[in-house]
Amino acid sequence: MAKRVGMEVSISISEAVKLANVDVISAYPITPQTHIVEHLSEFVSDGELHSAFVPVESEHSAMSAALGASAVGARTFTATSSQGLALMHEIMYLAASMRLPVVMSVVNRALSSPINIWNDLSDIMAERDSGWIQVFAINGQEAYDLTLQAFKIAEDPRVLLPVAVNLDGFILSHVIEPIELFEQKEVDPFLPPYQPVLRLDPEKPVSMGAFGSPEVFIEVKKQVEEALIGSQKVVAEVWKDFGQRYGRVYKPVESYQTKGAETILITMGSITETAMMAIDALREKGRQVGLVHIRLWRPFPFKEFLQAIKGAKTVAVLDRALSPGGVGGPVGLEVKSALFGKEERPYVAEFVAGLGGRDLTVETFIEVLDKAEKYSQKQKDFQYELIGVREK
Amino acid sequence: MAKVEAMMPWKDVPLGGTILEPGNARKFKTGDWRSKIRPVTDKEKCIKCGMCWIFCPDMAYTHREDGYFDWNGDYCKGCGICAKECPKDAITMVAEEE
Repeated sequence: MAKRVGMEVSISISEAVKLANVDVISAYPITPQTHIVEHLSEFVSDGELHSAFVPVESEHSAMSAALGASAVGARTFTATSSQGLALMHEIMYLAASMRLPVVMSVVNRALSSPINIWNDLSDIMAERDSGWIQVFAINGQEAYDLTLQAFKIAEDPRVLLPVAVNLDGFILSHVIEPIELFEQKEVDPFLPPYQPVLRLDPEKPVSMGAFGSPEVFIEVKKQVEEALIGSQKVVAEVWKDFGQRYGRVYKPVESYQTKGAETILITMGSITETAMMAIDALREKGRQVGLVHIRLWRPFPFKEFLQAIKGAKTVAVLDRALSPGGVGGPVGLEVKSALFGKEERPYVAEFVAGLGGRDLTVETFIEVLDKAEKYSQKQKDFQYELIGVREK
Repeated sequence: MAKVEAMMPWKDVPLGGTILEPGNARKFKTGDWRSKIRPVTDKEKCIKCGMCWIFCPDMAYTHREDGYFDWNGDYCKGCGICAKECPKDAITMVAEEE
């Protein structure tokens, strides 16, 4: 049986990456970096992990170096956050389109300005359309497990796409949680070495990331899109395998107290566990409320999501990113799009909250659920509401 | 534009648009959008040093057996780097007719 220890979540991710026995880690080692790569560099310098650690001069270079390493067939990892992720933006699209299975921890934090190092999802939401598989952890154990699973998903020959494992900045990354750690011998059968389908090899030369004129560009993009949609099947297989081996079961969409729920709250990431407490408190008072949290964000699990909210009269979406000038946040947009074609659909109340690390408490979720039910009764016509903003 | 030979269905595109045939860029003839100037080498001044061949960003020069370098209009963009780098000023950029 695996041992359970109290550990900073960032450090536990380094432990997972070490168990994945990565070949190359490329990272820009200063702000907004976390202990994830700091601890990995210690493993490498102490001889505990036989990987090349490439400290580069920017995140643009970190992602570029990761692509180069992955292209020669190396198992490759990097980690970043907020402005660092934004600087990787250009190269993230290349990783997906070139079908390079890089794994990255994204410690979600706000994008400046004002300069802010705290948590929200605005960094990763700007990368929504990059073609990466994107998963969200709700606690430290999930961040650890999803990291190990990410390599197996990314490197599957039916997938060959990069994976971003998202965990909330500070709320998860810098806290100490009980984590069940694996032994190397437990992980090896689950995660065998990476076997690239195509790689840069002097014996068999190929060119990757080359020119693609209008006559061929759409075909390459179509291939990436099909691979991303098709990856959901592989994600399900990997999660099933993981569950059978280690007893922790993962699903693309998780439900909490949704049986008979008339109002369902939608969350992503670590706020989910706080929201569960709000649900419990309201259930005790006899309110028919439940919670659905989205773990797999890209590809979006439409079928599972629609099944999870089935029967609800009201859906309250809590977004932690804003699409300025639009109708709220990215999760709300996705939920509304998923429901638009359905004849029977719940009333959707969209809320944006927690930007730049503003604390989200049990009371916030109760407020959101109360408002959602009130607006639903009136069928209030509104785009979205920003929670907690001072008006005077 | 030059003819594209990769008009295949998306399922047949090599993974991620990877090019499996080394050196196939030579099939993509790009000289048709050259600036309307081209280099002309004066063989009286040429010392066969190969600087034009080394500096050409489009590999528009080929090395001949007699040591001189032939210019190839299929790839030359008329950038003039060869004329600039020639240590003997043997290369002149001349205007091309439409």
